Amino acid sequence: MPPLVTASRSSSTRARSADDTVGSSWADAPCPVLVVDRYGTLVQLNDAARLLLPEAVSGNRLHETAPSWLSDAHRKIAGGPGEAPATPLSGSINERIVLAHPTAAAGGDVVWWLVDDTDRHVAEEAVRSAQTRSQILTEASSTLLSTLNVPRCMEVAASMAAQHLAEAAVLVAPAQGRRHPLTYAPRGGPVVQVSRQIDTHSVPGLPEALQGFPPVPARWIDPSVLPDWAIPEGFTGPVGSVIVTPLPGHGVPAGALILLRSSTEQAFTEGEEVFARLFAARAGAALSAARLYTEQATITATLMNELLPPPLQRVHGVQYAGSYRAAKDHERVGGDFYDVHPGSDPSRETLVVLGDVAGKGLDAAVLTGKIRNTLHALLPLADDHQRVLDLLNGALLNSRHTRFATLVLASVRRRAGRAQLRLTSAGHLPPLIVRADGRVEEVPSRGTLIGALPIVTAHTVETALDQGDTCLLYTDGITEARGGPLGDELFGEQRLRRVLAECGGLPAEAVVERVQMVAAQWLGTGRHDDMAVVAISAPRTGGLSVVDGRRGTGRKDG
Amino acid sequence: MNDPAMSVALQNRLWRAVADGDEYAAVDVLSKALSEGLDEEALLLDVIAPVQERVGAEWAADRLTVAQEHAATAINERAVAALAHRAPDGARRSAVRGRVTVACIDGEWHAFPARLVAETLRLRGWQVDYLGAQTPTQHLIAHLHRTNPDAVLLSSSIPTHLPTAHSAITACQAIGTPVMAGGRAFGPDGRYARALGADRWAGDARQAAAALEEGFARPTPAALRQAVDDLPHLADQEYTMVVQSRVQLVRQALADLEDRFPAMRSYTSEQLERTAEDLAHIVEFLATALYVDDTELFTSFLIWTADILEARHVPARSLLAGLDILAGQIRDFPRALALIREGTAALGGRPARPVPGSETPA
Repeated sequence: MPPLVTASRSSSTRARSADDTVGSSWADAPCPVLVVDRYGTLVQLNDAARLLLPEAVSGNRLHETAPSWLSDAHRKIAGGPGEAPATPLSGSINERIVLAHPTAAAGGDVVWWLVDDTDRHVAEEAVRSAQTRSQILTEASSTLLSTLNVPRCMEVAASMAAQHLAEAAVLVAPAQGRRHPLTYAPRGGPVVQVSRQIDTHSVPGLPEALQGFPPVPARWIDPSVLPDWAIPEGFTGPVGSVIVTPLPGHGVPAGALILLRSSTEQAFTEGEEVFARLFAARAGAALSAARLYTEQATITATLMNELLPPPLQRVHGVQYAGSYRAAKDHERVGGDFYDVHPGSDPSRETLVVLGDVAGKGLDAAVLTGKIRNTLHALLPLADDHQRVLDLLNGALLNSRHTRFATLVLASVRRRAGRAQLRLTSAGHLPPLIVRADGRVEEVPSRGTLIGALPIVTAHTVETALDQGDTCLLYTDGITEARGGPLGDELFGEQRLRRVLAECGGLPAEAVVERVQMVAAQWLGTGRHDDMAVVAISAPRTGGLSVVDGRRGTGRKDG
Repeated sequence: MNDPAMSVALQNRLWRAVADGDEYAAVDVLSKALSEGLDEEALLLDVIAPVQERVGAEWAADRLTVAQEHAATAINERAVAALAHRAPDGARRSAVRGRVTVACIDGEWHAFPARLVAETLRLRGWQVDYLGAQTPTQHLIAHLHRTNPDAVLLSSSIPTHLPTAHSAITACQAIGTPVMAGGRAFGPDGRYARALGADRWAGDARQAAAALEEGFARPTPAALRQAVDDLPHLADQEYTMVVQSRVQLVRQALADLEDRFPAMRSYTSEQLERTAEDLAHIVEFLATALYVDDTELFTSFLIWTADILEARHVPARSLLAGLDILAGQIRDFPRALALIREGTAALGGRPARPVPGSETPA
């Protein structure tokens, strides 16, 4: 592109007058127009230009009248060999943003056409800040929603607020008892969480915010009255402006957010107040979701504890071990159950129960709880298995549950180095005994199931375990496990016997673990029923307890 | 106090007790070592851990039965429990550092390494939630929501759990909990831990403790990703197809083997089942190698299996036949075929070992 000034040669025949060179219509142009000679003197300007530069008159030096960005640009072009800039020049003149388009006129004059671009700039700025805000809100949402842990959620909310909305943020959670959990987040500093007794009335608007009432506008809060507890440690300088905004929960107040800026920072604008509210809405929703989840999880855990299988250990010189795998792995409870009720002293029998309620999942688990409680109450009668089963049968028939159950009762007492067993099966799979040398025997106990018929018939078998022998009670979830290398074979009793044959002389835990592990490997990732296993072992070497890491006093009872 | 000679002597004594299945002798060895001034961490990591490793090695060499291995592990577990339950020394036991969760990947039964890490971290002052063997991912995530730990340590010994491990790792990170992976499954140098996007890998309990003490940042939600983001090769669907047709592959291979070796027709059902299991293992490891796109995972499994078979007087050539037949079934899968080729070459390149005793087929 040729230098701008050369363009004027085409009109060099005309007289040296602005009117001649650019025509007279420029004076009426709706945009400000300046005609400046090559030495930087303002030759003429139109009415619109006078509005923009009220001080300017013809004959002024441009650099004294207009901002330097314009006069510098003029010098470059007029001083030749200046070229027209690739993009229009832009700058501010008296708080307006203008685009400056130069055209060449005769005698080296330059005509500056100034186009007001302020509105576009304002709009672009608004779009940019809206984009930033929506980006922040998206990030806030995904970060906040990623956790269902209340303290973590408060930490995230406070630190994001400090990062994007203010110099520091304090999240005040609803009181727990008389104390409020407080989360302090200075920008860039570590988040601190404490629980403190505070006077919420000491912060204007805080009691209302904690109740979820409409927010108090920032301008109504006098920063100087802010109590010390509301200012995070490490917040330097006096507080310049404060916003208190409620965190709206789903029907329940989730707390309030106090946003602080120091006096050296800009005060909160109305737009920022609105943005703070948008952020708070997201934080509040996430916090109340976390709070609801926590409450539900606590309730579930409390109820579940009653239904979980008990940890088993050695009792009166006999080892007990159990393992449970629910049909739905994450539910942890189901329709199988077991319990060990230790005898009041080594001369009394310990009662072991393992059973299976028809069905699976929580409904079945609730019924197992009922059966376990009933059996617990019937313990004094455990000398007579038939009687226990009769009473349990009556209780189940009379209950609103229509499910039935099968179970095995085993009464165990150690005597003369052997574990004496009385076993009764009520419609359940017969227990298996693996002797120390690996022989596997079935205990021939037979009986009808419980909760279906008015009369229960059962047959109790007596047997004994020598040292190293183990009696295995198990549910059909083990033998009916479907899988194997070919995909759909039943695990079956034969395989269980083969596994047991390798387990002669093993401690009870090892037997239980081995059986569950082999069955689990057989299943692979396939679906399965509840699987429960209890092993009763007569230990090989005396009846010691090593729980405390020392040789216990238990050897005598062995 | 960390005297290698003393550690070795203690290892030998503990090994004898464990191999005899004598729990009391085992606890005696440990109690005595403690009273002589050995610290608990050294006892856990320099005595108990090597003995447990030896239990596995002795099983591999067919000097322990599977059941004895279980018994030995149970005794070692109880020894660790006995240590953990010793009269607590209040000052040392109080958790002063932070809270962490230690768990095994769903399906992983080998909990002992995780247990050692958990106890070591407790000794170092961490509050540890130990969730034990095969923790369902859903259960793990619920636990993390409830407790908000500083980190979760996931353990796995068998590489075939790597796909499950991957989903557990991404799930933990998605809720903002950083993950440290550990255990044999993640490769000798932790390469699979990195491939699966774990925040850290630790080769042993001491490394795990050191990494935690150093601290690491929480993953951001921007780190949210799906399996194929970490492992772009999964887009070829070879892994998915092999996993889906696992059962058919094994069945067909078994039938083909019978055609090739008529002697198999006289196998007992138990022998046939062993053979089918071996084939199923090959397919499983093949699938896992496809998942992480790593040849060595497959070849090292084959070599290990060949060693195990030969220790039990089974010639490893049955593996080669299995590979050959599988190759015929997966002709359309270039990555899988390449793996089988490499596997066959690796088996062929093994130093020949004399097979003692008669050659009983699998």
